[in-house]
Amino acid sequence: MTDDYIKQKYDPILPRKDEWPVVKLAKSRKDFVQNVATFSKDKIISMTGNNLDLLKEELETTLYREKLRIKQNPWLVDPDDEEEFWTGVKSHLVQISFESQATEEDKKAAYHKILESITTRYSEEIASNFKHSHYKATRKMVTFGFSRLLNAARVKGLGSIFSKQYTLQDKIQIIGETAQLRDLASKGTIVMVPTHFSNLDSILIGWTISTLGMPPFLYGAGLNLFNIQIFAYFMNALGAYKVDRRKKNLLYLETLKSYSSEAIQFGCHSLFFPGGTRSRSGRIENKLKLGLLSTAVEAQRANYEKGFNDISGKIFIVPVTINYHFTLEAPSLIREHLSLTGQERYYKETDEFSNSYKISKFLVKFFTKGSDISVSIGQPMDILGNYVDKEGNSTDRDGRMIDCRDYFMSNGKVSVDPQREEVYTQILGDRIVEEFHKINRVFSSHLVAFTAFQMIKKQNSKMDLFSLLRLPDEDLVIDYSDFRASCQMVLNRLMEIRAKGLVHVAPHLKQDIEKIIAHGLENVGMYHAKRPLIKTGDNTITTQDMSLLYYYHNRLDGYDLEKLFK
Amino acid sequence: MTLKNSSNNSEKPVGVIGIGSFGTAIANILAEKNNVIVYARKQEIVDEINHQHSAEGRSLHQSITATTDPQTLCETCEVMFPVVSSSGFKDVMKKFAPFLHPYHILIHGTKGLVLNLPEGKNLDNVSKIHRENIWTMSEVIRNETVVVRVGCLAGPNLAKELAKGQPAATVVASRFNEVILEGQRLLRSDRFQVYGNQDIIGVELSGVLKNTIAIASGALAGLGLGENAKGLLISRGMVEMIHLGNALGGQTQSFVGLAGIGDLVTTCSSTFSRNYTVGYRLAQGETLDAINDSMDEVAEGINTVRLLQTFLEGTGMRAPITENLYKVLFEGFKVEDALYYLMKYPFNVDIDFL
Repeated sequence: MTDDYIKQKYDPILPRKDEWPVVKLAKSRKDFVQNVATFSKDKIISMTGNNLDLLKEELETTLYREKLRIKQNPWLVDPDDEEEFWTGVKSHLVQISFESQATEEDKKAAYHKILESITTRYSEEIASNFKHSHYKATRKMVTFGFSRLLNAARVKGLGSIFSKQYTLQDKIQIIGETAQLRDLASKGTIVMVPTHFSNLDSILIGWTISTLGMPPFLYGAGLNLFNIQIFAYFMNALGAYKVDRRKKNLLYLETLKSYSSEAIQFGCHSLFFPGGTRSRSGRIENKLKLGLLSTAVEAQRANYEKGFNDISGKIFIVPVTINYHFTLEAPSLIREHLSLTGQERYYKETDEFSNSYKISKFLVKFFTKGSDISVSIGQPMDILGNYVDKEGNSTDRDGRMIDCRDYFMSNGKVSVDPQREEVYTQILGDRIVEEFHKINRVFSSHLVAFTAFQMIKKQNSKMDLFSLLRLPDEDLVIDYSDFRASCQMVLNRLMEIRAKGLVHVAPHLKQDIEKIIAHGLENVGMYHAKRPLIKTGDNTITTQDMSLLYYYHNRLDGYDLEKLFK
Repeated sequence: MTLKNSSNNSEKPVGVIGIGSFGTAIANILAEKNNVIVYARKQEIVDEINHQHSAEGRSLHQSITATTDPQTLCETCEVMFPVVSSSGFKDVMKKFAPFLHPYHILIHGTKGLVLNLPEGKNLDNVSKIHRENIWTMSEVIRNETVVVRVGCLAGPNLAKELAKGQPAATVVASRFNEVILEGQRLLRSDRFQVYGNQDIIGVELSGVLKNTIAIASGALAGLGLGENAKGLLISRGMVEMIHLGNALGGQTQSFVGLAGIGDLVTTCSSTFSRNYTVGYRLAQGETLDAINDSMDEVAEGINTVRLLQTFLEGTGMRAPITENLYKVLFEGFKVEDALYYLMKYPFNVDIDFL
């Protein structure tokens, strides 16, 4: 993968929308939802070992938690009949336990029926509502709207409204293995796993996928996003299915996983944010949520079981990193992170979360001012993290081909072993984290934030993080010439790491160090009311918000760069 | 730990790679229930096995056959037990790599560490080594081949006692339940108990780290210092193993299990152990070179002490027994002086990890 970005026009790989897996899925939505419900029901029954008491307990736990959720944490998007449905479940459960003359078989059937009604309800709720017309409209609107904004700001004169000089690709640079991704997307099934920093990521990735000429991907988006109307529209249009993080009961989680697994087996390209939620600390995800990831492994095994041994049944994992100079929600994210890790030592301040209006205002600002975004597409891998070649063959370190099917074989047949697949998922998770660090593209803003924070930390070496964040303003000053020398030192080390192929840098990091620092200072957290880093008149560097500086600094965590400051 | 049985009763032969004293013992145990094919590098040993049912004089079960061809072994066996010395382990894996597939299961029985440094670097010209430069044997397998279903054998398994058919037990460690079950199915018998453990790194490290303590134990015996001193050494040695083991990625529980304390006590008490013998002879005033020259198989502990010493220097961690052993082995420090130092070392608490 090169550092430099080449602006390119990509033709669609499947020009006819009827060939798009998501469209096919939308057409058979009813059957598909029913399949998912039945599949999860069977899975839950097998997990309880067909033991009636265990099943009863799961059902009761689910009922209890759902009742509690409805009472304590209701959301705008929740359906109106929530209360009604769960009251119904309750009365059914009570009824079964009072029917003393019912046989064991009758009871079993009755419990299975309740189970099925719940998994059906969940599958229905999770399932996406992809509509091609909405998708097309959204894509047009996003591309048109944003490029108008871009051109209005940068092209002078009357023609600016209709200018085509700048497109979104100037703003959002897609780099990496785009050709291979397109190739494989037309042959097998892709599971894309991007880093997650901002709510904007979902839209950004959706745009990236369509720009690359690929049919839309299926992806899970937090149900909370559907609370914000503008997002709800985009999410639905892009084919998002809903993930409700409030529901942590086994029945829901299994249904969710079944939905994902079945969709992948259906041939739908999928996308998970493997970190689960947005990175609160600003770090590149290093602990992944393995639940959804395990569905990729499961789907791969299921495909082999069904006898799809060629590339059409193969699943490709594609890591993606998104880099910004800023994150819109950074102040609230880092505060959440600090209050979680710092417990009582850190006091939460007022939250500045966004609504539709704030986001629109931000988008206008974002597209008319400077500051770039890059999307790095990593090299596709198989479900154990082996790189795959152009034809989709898995290869080992020496380039020898590996038959991926062999990972699931024992005694010459494909076998099902959930514990084995659990370990495989962990291995895959580790590989994704490794790739994230490799394809991550360092920006000037990351460099200056990292250096400044480490310098302040070194000046106050006896303090722990939370004392550091509460330092008075007069202790937050760094001499500019020292700062420049330290930036150069970090940059040199980054270039060494880059030479080993373990990180990427944006082209603007190849300028003179003064220019890099100026660029970094100008861009780091540029939309925040309090800037994480500024240069003052008397040739010093200081911060207006230490927590934000910490947040942007965290982006370069995981490269052992902090050792330079010891 | 829940074990769901996915193992099988296939009639495929089991492979054993390497036929030193422990390899021979394992091959014989396996042969009680399975067809066994042994891989050996030298043609004359293969001939000896196939014609006389013995390997360098150690007798082998009638049904064991041998080959010099890695490909044959990989094609006939799904499960193989590599039991070669740690110094030759990487090369053997490289040799087998072209014929191995992800469906293979490898359960190794080698206690040692392999140093993995960039081309042209070795312990003499690097000042620091990190965890990623130190590979356990399972990591060698994972890094040099496509095999993922890896396990290891560890525990108090003195080859001489196993050869006599005396009762013993072993631990099969693997992240995969199916590997543990397969190991148990193949090895378990009336006089051989097989436990399972999922912390393969911890179990491998137990086997590695106890070797250094065994050298120290031999030294105590060589000085004629008695059982109280040995008890002190074993308990302090245990603490050091856990301390180092945690730093290298093992879980405390594994060190207090059969592969940890079980193996440690056995090795520290046994005059059969090579590492113990090294310590004993050092205490009697022999030099390391002289001891090395007269032993036909390597004492793994010597290599481990050297590697760990460099690792410790890079991290700033302390491990007094290992550090003093290093001085004795490589810096001409007298055993008595090292012992004196240990007695003065300020240990404040007995244990601080449970």
